[in-house]
Amino acid sequence: MKTTSNIAGKTKEIVKKHGKDKSSMIAVLQDIQEAFNYLPKQALKTAASAMNVPFSRVYEAATFYTAFSLKPRGENIVKICVGTACHVRGAATLQDKFERTLGIKPGETTKDKKFSLETVNCVGACALGPVVLINTEYHGQVTMKKVDKIIEKINNEGAQR
Amino acid sequence: MVNLIVDGKNISTTEGTMLLEAIRGAGISIPTLCAHEAVSRSGACRLCVVEIKKGNRTRIVTSCLYAAEEGLIVDTKSERVLNVRRLVMELLLARCPESEVLQKLSKELCVEPQARFIADSDKGKCVLCRSCVRVCEEVVGVSAIGLFSRGSHKTVGTPYNEKSDACIGCGACVYVCPTGHIEMFTTGDKRKIWGRTFKMKTCDTCGRYFAPVDQLKYISKKTGVPLKELAICMDCR
Repeated sequence: MKTTSNIAGKTKEIVKKHGKDKSSMIAVLQDIQEAFNYLPKQALKTAASAMNVPFSRVYEAATFYTAFSLKPRGENIVKICVGTACHVRGAATLQDKFERTLGIKPGETTKDKKFSLETVNCVGACALGPVVLINTEYHGQVTMKKVDKIIEKINNEGAQR
Repeated sequence: MVNLIVDGKNISTTEGTMLLEAIRGAGISIPTLCAHEAVSRSGACRLCVVEIKKGNRTRIVTSCLYAAEEGLIVDTKSERVLNVRRLVMELLLARCPESEVLQKLSKELCVEPQARFIADSDKGKCVLCRSCVRVCEEVVGVSAIGLFSRGSHKTVGTPYNEKSDACIGCGACVYVCPTGHIEMFTTGDKRKIWGRTFKMKTCDTCGRYFAPVDQLKYISKKTGVPLKELAICMDCR
């Protein structure tokens, strides 16, 4: 039960920081995700009652934005850009490569909780296409060969946060 | 009073009246799904479209949300209106092929299912008009349900699809749903809705089951009327 109260406590802190007004709901959700790497159910419930917003409204916002995840995610989040420019430059095959190397589909997490795979529609770095974003680090002009190197490097040295 | 012309007829109505009411008041029928007296307007179903003319320009608007204006020229049956309405109906029909309400309405509008819009099989009868969510928030005041996810994955339900603590089993969502998507079964002392089973209360006078206990408790809490006074059904009051 310790973890539950931890989640609730941390969530209350976050709500306190942003204020109880419902207009700060997205900021609260972002901070919750920052703290737990995903949006735990307990956190959403606590945030809803602390902000005096119906639970269903909070859940609506949490499920609407693709930036929010309701499932626990891995240590490193791999975002493959599949926007138009990256698509034209081979994002689809790149996605295939990541799926095979990590053994997961977009939206899933590896068993060792090391990687989560996601697709995004544009990261605003079209000139570098195809782009892969790992946590906060942008990898431009990614090729098949680079994929193995990138993953190996993270496995050995960890990734930029 | 504002004066406008609808299908060549002069009509006058009070200021602030929506076109839908003004037009229907003149005896012209307009199809709608989501306009319901119990909830605020949202213009979600898009079936009530009409063409309005101001000066030289014409525009398609949802009549349920457009307030009547002085000198407005409205056409409810122009080719453009019928085309828009037909397309909307075709898309609604492809989303909810098994909805009897939509089947009947499409017959009235002479719309056939289109091969180019592949029929959905996983959407039930829900057209995502949000009426149920609105009534739960605006009228009942519990906000137990919502529309979750987005785009083609959007569905109506309770958070996490779990039994909701907020739901009082009143069935207002079932009442406003235009297509009969929401399922509610009331048998004897039990009512099933949104995956939860509610205990029904018997009327103190006639002994008939008439409302969920949770609903009466909620009303009592909200209005301050003692639970004892609420324990009599509408017929016996």
